[in-house]
Amino acid sequence: MSLDVILGSLGSLFTAMPGNIAQGIIWGIMALGLFITYKLLDFADLSVDGSFATGGAVTVVLMIAGYNTGIALLLAFLAGVLAGLATGILHTLLGIPAILSGILTQIALFSVNLNIMDGKSNTPISVDKYNLIISLRHVPQAIIVALVFVAVIMCLMYWYFGTEMGSAIRATGTNPSMSKAQGINISLMKVVALSISNGLVALSGGLFAQYQGFADINMGRGAIVIGLAAIIIGDVLCKAIFSKKSNFMLTMAFVVIGGIVYYIVIGIVLWLKMPTNNLKMFTAIIVAIFLAVPYLKDKFNNSFMKAAKRGGKENA
Amino acid sequence: MLKAFNLKKTFNPGTINEKVALDGATLNLAPGEFCTVIGGNGAGKSTFLNAVAGVWPVDGGSITIDGVDVTGLPEYRRAKYLGRVFQDPMTGTAANMQIDENLALAARRGKSRTLRWGITKEEREKYHDMLKELDLGLEDRLTAKVGLLSGGQRQALTLMMATLQKPKLLLLDEHTAALDPKTAAKVLEITDMLIKEHGLTAMMVTHNMRDAINYGNRLIMMNEGRVILNISGEEKKGLTIEDLLHKFEDVSGTEFTNDTEILS
Repeated sequence: MSLDVILGSLGSLFTAMPGNIAQGIIWGIMALGLFITYKLLDFADLSVDGSFATGGAVTVVLMIAGYNTGIALLLAFLAGVLAGLATGILHTLLGIPAILSGILTQIALFSVNLNIMDGKSNTPISVDKYNLIISLRHVPQAIIVALVFVAVIMCLMYWYFGTEMGSAIRATGTNPSMSKAQGINISLMKVVALSISNGLVALSGGLFAQYQGFADINMGRGAIVIGLAAIIIGDVLCKAIFSKKSNFMLTMAFVVIGGIVYYIVIGIVLWLKMPTNNLKMFTAIIVAIFLAVPYLKDKFNNSFMKAAKRGGKENA
Repeated sequence: MLKAFNLKKTFNPGTINEKVALDGATLNLAPGEFCTVIGGNGAGKSTFLNAVAGVWPVDGGSITIDGVDVTGLPEYRRAKYLGRVFQDPMTGTAANMQIDENLALAARRGKSRTLRWGITKEEREKYHDMLKELDLGLEDRLTAKVGLLSGGQRQALTLMMATLQKPKLLLLDEHTAALDPKTAAKVLEITDMLIKEHGLTAMMVTHNMRDAINYGNRLIMMNEGRVILNISGEEKKGLTIEDLLHKFEDVSGTEFTNDTEILS
């Protein structure tokens, strides 16, 4: 390979990077939604795979019907809230375990989303014909818009989870029995948190559908794993950089940074010519590694084998 | 202050694990009474406290706190009348949240949780001063996560949380059982201080007969889901462990079989 080809190929990597960053920020909003349930409420909510696509479908269909982008996104958010409400009711009122409640909502949303898109599995929306606020056609602008959304959402979350109600949600996530003893209606708090979370996920789905120029029935497949990847990568980076001095605002910022890092890695992997078919497997492996590393590190430092060696030395 | 009448509760009814935990337990507490509760394992002490707290609905009987019939209220709605400290130091506090946040959560017990800030500057100053009185060095660690505290510190904090808003009734479920003897004594001392300072009505389950005799102005003994012994006033002051053991044999017709209680 000549130098020219290598340089040209590197160049293509760098021209692709801004797009990956924009995608990472949009998925970062999704991860912020997931952060509410996964980190604050300690609830692995699988409904997000469905509500992400719901957000995309609602936004695109409404915009084609002539609604203004802001209203379309607001209604997408509310559709997500309803999805979260469904999961919450399945879990709290009907006593279905957390993971199953999410799976049931997710599977039901598949039909709901198809109905929203009038039976079509893919609904395109052209940036030439509609007033999209975010599109891969104008990447720098897309990055700015996505960052504005992130900033506003982070401020709202910082405020909300500092209020009496938000604190009650955090308490419910850490210690349900203590929360009940302090007069907190933990079922209500779970439903509220799931609703807000899925609302944000749907909002990010609405943005992503505009960015890619279409809503697709499968656009949310594996969303939870990408969201988890963002949260976990962000968490590891945050701990590495700020050790224990982190605060809530930083933690949230690093969730979004985690999303960006994830998409940059994906960009590099694609540049290395990995077939797109293998992307999901690659994502799963990344998440598995990040989840396993802290555990294995502890196991290694704390193993019986090491204990035996230490004991052996002392006896010698 | 507390009227618990003829409480009944059977766990796992109709199965081989069926267990009658409360079998007509009745207790009246006047305002300001500090009642210690003793009894062997499975006598129904903790079950009685859980029934009052509303962890599950009772099968029979009624519970009235300060004139309000709470029999039909779920746990979180009864919480506004009750302060609770549990046996496991992990149960009473939120480990991932800061000391001041935990206190602020407790300060809002029984009030609706709104969109106002979860904790105010004045509150932080108040908590600082209150923790200083406990003399556990917690006043300078208001923003530390509760998970970093020792068991004794957590129980002391839970006690503060339980009494921050004066409860109608303070329920202490073997709250010193998981602590080492020295820490247990300190936590008991704080308990007694808080109860006297606020003039609280309280129930304290304990496995330590000496503590049961030394603390409080009322003592009940439970056996097989019933209150079988009820001692108060002057009679309680002169009580000895031997007296209690004899009384138990008289009333129940069996020997007291819990080693830890005899040895302690």
